Amino acid sequence: MSRLQVVSGKGGTGKTTVAAALALALATEGKRTLLVEVEGRQGIAQLFETEALPYEERKIAVAPGGGEVYALAIDPELALLDYLQMFYKLGGAGRALKKLGAIDFATTIAPGIRDVLLTGKACEAVRRKDKKGHFAYDYVVMDAPPTGRITRFLNVNDEVAGLAKIGPIHNQAQAVMRVLKSPETAVHLVTLLEEMPVQETADGIAELRAARLPVGRVIVNMVRPQVLDAADLELVGAVTRSSVAQALSAAGLGGARRGGNAEKLVDPLLRQAAEYAERYALEQEQRAVLGELGLPLGELPLLTEGMDLAGLYELATELRKQGLS
Amino acid sequence: MSPDPAEAQRTAEGQGSAGGRGSAAGRGSAEAREQGRRLSPARVLDVDPLLDDPKTRIVVCCGSGGVGKTTTAAALGLRAAERGRKVVVLTIDPARRLAQSMGIDSLDNVPRRVKGTEDRREASRGDSGKGGGGRREGELHAMMLDMKRTFDEVVEAHADPERAAAILANPFYQSLSAGFAGTQEYMAMEKLGQLRAKDEWDLIVVDTPPSRSALDFLDAPKRLGSFLDGRLIRLLTAPAKLGGRAGMAFLNVGMSMMTGTLGKLLGGQLLKDVQTFVAAMDTTFGGFRTRADATYKLLQAPGTAFLVVAAPERDALREAAYFVERLAAEKMPLVGLVLNRVHGSDAVRLSAERALAAAENLEDPRIVDQGGGKAGLRNSPDPYGSSRSPASEAASDAPASEEGSPADAERPVDRLTAGLLRLHADRMQLLAREQRTCDRFTARHPEVAVVEVPALPGDVHDLTGLRDIGARLAAGATEHTEPT
Repeated sequence: MSRLQVVSGKGGTGKTTVAAALALALATEGKRTLLVEVEGRQGIAQLFETEALPYEERKIAVAPGGGEVYALAIDPELALLDYLQMFYKLGGAGRALKKLGAIDFATTIAPGIRDVLLTGKACEAVRRKDKKGHFAYDYVVMDAPPTGRITRFLNVNDEVAGLAKIGPIHNQAQAVMRVLKSPETAVHLVTLLEEMPVQETADGIAELRAARLPVGRVIVNMVRPQVLDAADLELVGAVTRSSVAQALSAAGLGGARRGGNAEKLVDPLLRQAAEYAERYALEQEQRAVLGELGLPLGELPLLTEGMDLAGLYELATELRKQGLS
Repeated sequence: MSPDPAEAQRTAEGQGSAGGRGSAAGRGSAEAREQGRRLSPARVLDVDPLLDDPKTRIVVCCGSGGVGKTTTAAALGLRAAERGRKVVVLTIDPARRLAQSMGIDSLDNVPRRVKGTEDRREASRGDSGKGGGGRREGELHAMMLDMKRTFDEVVEAHADPERAAAILANPFYQSLSAGFAGTQEYMAMEKLGQLRAKDEWDLIVVDTPPSRSALDFLDAPKRLGSFLDGRLIRLLTAPAKLGGRAGMAFLNVGMSMMTGTLGKLLGGQLLKDVQTFVAAMDTTFGGFRTRADATYKLLQAPGTAFLVVAAPERDALREAAYFVERLAAEKMPLVGLVLNRVHGSDAVRLSAERALAAAENLEDPRIVDQGGGKAGLRNSPDPYGSSRSPASEAASDAPASEEGSPADAERPVDRLTAGLLRLHADRMQLLAREQRTCDRFTARHPEVAVVEVPALPGDVHDLTGLRDIGARLAAGATEHTEPT
């Protein structure tokens, strides 16, 4: 199991949720994981129902069996000041640079520096050891930028190493790249069973592979329970309205005669079934597309009660059951 | 500046009622509730007056990722064109098949006429005489943003060929324009400014980039503009400019220290690239900030309308609420919220609980105690306590009514009907959840007019699909006026 687990996915597919559930799942049985946020959205804090995360590793959950999940929202500006201090003892100069707008420049506009700082911090956590020589974290899970930007985000160090040909940024970029391109890292993509996210996932995988970044799994999120199976769906087209009306009536929903309460339900219910059938067919198509990617697939159910902390533990259990952690 | 709800409301009303047949805003929620399947916002957004109003020149669709911004933008553009306006839709990252269907899948960074639009004024507008200005036929143009190309064009337009070539070849420029933090947003706004300046179109519909934060497109131009015009840049370029002046010598010392630090950090070559880049940019066209400011003003101008797009999900609506507040603070004219993928049902009278109980009755016939038309639903089905009732067999004449006993539960029609009921129960639970989520938004922002677009089972990738979405966007308002 790779120690750096990067979770990406198209916007709206629930990648933050999956990343959090994965961090919980990996922490089970006494392990310690760090869940890292890089986009400053405070999605992790919202998910764990805590206040906004500072730029500080902080315990946010305990996993079954005594494991612990820590979380960190990386702030590129503070990360940069950290580096300046660490490498150059530039605490004071850092403030001066900040006044000039240089820090702002470096972290928001200068090509890729922001991304280098973010991935750099995550890699530092992966490699960090305590005094006894044990890894500080068993696993680091990153809630990464969306699929459309993930390859550039992870690969930016290569670009930066080319752009800054010498100097600490260059060295830093190369060190980060060594971790990211090794089996130490796995990049997972979260998708839904819908056309656009699946298409984006396929494109993302091609891009990751072209950049020789290690692709992990595809995790299909929010999978709806199967209510009607293939036999039912076939019957939806063939069944007579009156027999459905009678069944509804027998179930206690009113009269089956024309205009009766049960009879009036038949059309709306069959329409909903037709919509379900259409969606089911589309989902099957998308499943087939995902199947062709040649990657292990995981599936997480749609939590009908909406996402909350309890749901997160449920998803973590599901991930463990499927051997995804 | 603090957000002022009253202000936002005035703006919304002003925009909403500017069109031909008046705003539907403020229509009561009682009617909406009667409809049952609607989420009953306090105010209803009517898109047609907005699209028809010749004073509306720019519509910006914004919102978090995955809520259907691009589709909404395209659907609004098509609808406006088919109602007689000359429209251009600027999309950032459309789904491939949608782009293909609009003929904009080739990246050439110029608007292309979309074929296959129809003049649908008679059908859809009735007596409304305002809007197009006579019988001129509408047109739909569309383009997909190529940010690098847009950046290159800015450079080429403002620098002499030699300088332009130097800038374009600069490695720092190449990285910057290839799309790092903010470039896409900046270029989207730049392109918007260009399209608006051309004045070839009555209406520009913009889809905003899928940003890290939905607000980036507001902030990025300022940030990039102020950087390129800012102190750091002057500092970086200063050695070249001030070089000879004796009186400035002390300043130069400070600066070389600073550039020394930066040089250490970034690597000497990169710093040099930045310096050359900035020097070239600086002398060729002053005022990146001026351009950024102009775009920002354009967004505040009366002809601009912001639509926040969301889905009835917690995260999307939280982002939408944040957006609404931010737009108010920036004095950007918000006209309303487009709520995509709202689920409905034509059988709202049958609650999830009753549907589930009925499904259990069918799946375990032992507990069905009455047949025929007499409603005999047991509220708490107890599969173990009750004895089999022979009435259950008579109740449904399933086509495959085999032998009497346990196989009954397997009768296909009963099984199917139970499935239909479970499906309905899921639907009703979803409806309730969406309602709760939306209520939280409306409680926070009662001033925001909302239009709901029903969920479609499949994806949209042709003009017919877009037209349908457009009709649904407009129907959000009419359904409230004429409840059926």
